[in-house]
Amino acid sequence: MSNNTQPYLQHHFANKEQQHEASKLGMWAFLVTEVLTFSGLFCAYVIFRNIYPATFQLCGDLLNTQLGLINTIVLITSSLTMALAIYYIQNDDRKKTIQCLAVTLLLAAVFMVIKYFEYTHKIHVGQLPTGEFFYPNLPESVGEGASKEMIRPGFYFSIYFMMTGLHGIHVLGGMAVIGAMMYNTHKGRYSSEYYTPIEVTGLFWHLVDLVWIFLFPLLYLIG
Amino acid sequence: MSNQKHEHHIIPLSTYFKVFGALMVLTALTVITAQVDLGGWANIVLAMFIATIKASLVLMFFMHLYYDNKTNLIFFLGSVLFLIIFITFTLIDVDYRDKIYKEGAMSPQDDKSYKEYITKQPSPSSDH
Repeated sequence: MSNNTQPYLQHHFANKEQQHEASKLGMWAFLVTEVLTFSGLFCAYVIFRNIYPATFQLCGDLLNTQLGLINTIVLITSSLTMALAIYYIQNDDRKKTIQCLAVTLLLAAVFMVIKYFEYTHKIHVGQLPTGEFFYPNLPESVGEGASKEMIRPGFYFSIYFMMTGLHGIHVLGGMAVIGAMMYNTHKGRYSSEYYTPIEVTGLFWHLVDLVWIFLFPLLYLIG
Repeated sequence: MSNQKHEHHIIPLSTYFKVFGALMVLTALTVITAQVDLGGWANIVLAMFIATIKASLVLMFFMHLYYDNKTNLIFFLGSVLFLIIFITFTLIDVDYRDKIYKEGAMSPQDDKSYKEYITKQPSPSSDH
């Protein structure tokens, strides 16, 4: 077990297993901070939904559920291909690893293109955050009582754009890293002996999927 | 070094595909149940329940927490715990602050010492 036979083993780790575990724990610590980053926006969502229930109900209906559903399927499938990429590198199949990563990257791009069409449509018709909102065809209420009134529709779209925007930035970041993983795999830097970077990238990508699993029903479905 | 072969648990492909299938079925379920008005908070509770099951599947199998060192799981559950504390306590504050003021318990309008506090510079010895 000398270091000469394992050039990827850094000197401050006892063995590669410890090194692998330490890297993964570090990634989980980062994912914890990611969850807490998103939790601020989830908290804002819960508070404003509680204060303006009718606004969230009516504005939620304006979102295109079909596009949201397609994006959900796209993202879950990309999570599968990411998991498969790790399976193949564990089995030393670099070609299939690169193929799986490429499909993941492609699906991420599909997600972003759909997001782009959703955003441009909303900007065009004026379904925009507070201050910029000018969409004219909104009903005034969803029934009797003050809590059923439609007030401040911009609040909903402020939260919509912030949540999906921050999520979209994570998708773009993930795409960049997955691209780097493809390059490194192509260069033969990873094998079943050492694939920690791919596994850690996978963890990040699954977290992006996790956030969307909650965003989809909260924004698109519950009207 | 005798357990070299076991050090990285390789999860069989069939597990990944089963989990993927379950995620797709649950996605369909959440879309279908959202079309039905269950009344009150039932829709949002059900949707969040299904989302939590989906998230657990992703965490356990795609993210390997089911097979991993439990330290990773504890780290992650820590973030969930603080997420719950954050949202619950903010919600309690926003929802019930009005009621406390209405009952006069801590109303800034009625509280003399509070008025003194905001109108005058309080002396270091004043009790507010």
